[in-house]
Amino acid sequence: MDNERIDQIIDKHHGEASSLIQVLLDIQSENNWLPKEALKRVGEKLHVPLTRIQHIATFYKAFSLVPKGRHGIHICMGTACHVRGAKRILDTIENMTGIKPGETDLEMKFSLETVNCLGCCALGPVMEIGGKTYGKMVPGEAADVLKNYE
Amino acid sequence: MSEILLQIDGIEVKATEGMTLLEAAHSAGISIPTLCHHEKLEPFGGCRLCIVEVEDRGWTKLVVSCVYPVEKNLIVRTRSEKVDRIRKMIIELLMAHAPDSFQLLEYAKEYGADRDRFEKEASFCIHCGLCVRYCAEIKQKNAIGFVDRGIRKEISFIPEISAKECWDCKECFPLCPTSALQAAYVLTKALTAT
Ligand code: SF4
Ligand code: FES
Repeated sequence: MDNERIDQIIDKHHGEASSLIQVLLDIQSENNWLPKEALKRVGEKLHVPLTRIQHIATFYKAFSLVPKGRHGIHICMGTACHVRGAKRILDTIENMTGIKPGETDLEMKFSLETVNCLGCCALGPVMEIGGKTYGKMVPGEAADVLKNYE
Repeated sequence: MSEILLQIDGIEVKATEGMTLLEAAHSAGISIPTLCHHEKLEPFGGCRLCIVEVEDRGWTKLVVSCVYPVEKNLIVRTRSEKVDRIRKMIIELLMAHAPDSFQLLEYAKEYGADRDRFEKEASFCIHCGLCVRYCAEIKQKNAIGFVDRGIRKEISFIPEISAKECWDCKECFPLCPTSALQAAYVLTKALTAT
């Protein structure tokens, strides 16, 4: 992400230090992660020390300081999903993508993450890709869903 | 500024508005154990060791003296069975992280805390924030900060800043109640050495 775009985002939030988290969220959602150069730029423009930005960027799970894939996969491991076979869904996805939770593949296509509840236990086991929810998953179906992503 | 009268450990203490209980106690020569307090820095209230018992119109409650402002007619007890028990527990928990900190060892002796009560999880830093706050508030260099949260929270130097500023300053080192800070700096320096 170039400085020009970062500056635009900052201007959108009127360059106020109190909008720091909003600015970071915007960069995160556009760029999928927060590169150090971007954080430095934000710090300079908003007059916020890098230590504080780093603290915030590492505090919230919504931010990533390492590159993320184009599609974020979340697999629910909560109790309801667990008893309905979430582990098998996870195994399937791990096998197909070749990555483990917390990792991103080399083509930057997928990032995999487990979560502890997506709040729709009746649909378990639940898988979410790029914000879209897939409920009542079985391994075969999860594999089919995954194939649709480029 | 208006004067406030209160009682600490049975002694009448005159304080001014806006003072904390800890400051009022100090002014009367009463000592309260602290780990994260530094008179030049903003109150932080991180370690909770300075907890005291406060009685206000018949009600007793526990408050953290380094952030609690003085109030008229408060009755403060800096030691009591309950307070001592809590301090002992705090020390024991912190010692799981920093078992060899001199300051903690000393407090442990005073409060009869068992250094080995909890399984060691030596991360050395007890998150008192003295280094982070000193660098930000006094030196205004912001070379060091906290990262992450909960059990993964730790201090971290910004390599680009610390390479420029820290070698000639190091004023935060003696503030650290453990040896974590120095270790972190040595590590950062090693990593940034070219
Ligand atoms: S490194 Fe030392 S001074 Fe800094 S927060 Fe940790 S214990 Fe406190
Ligand atoms: S000295 Fe009061 S909380 Fe640490």
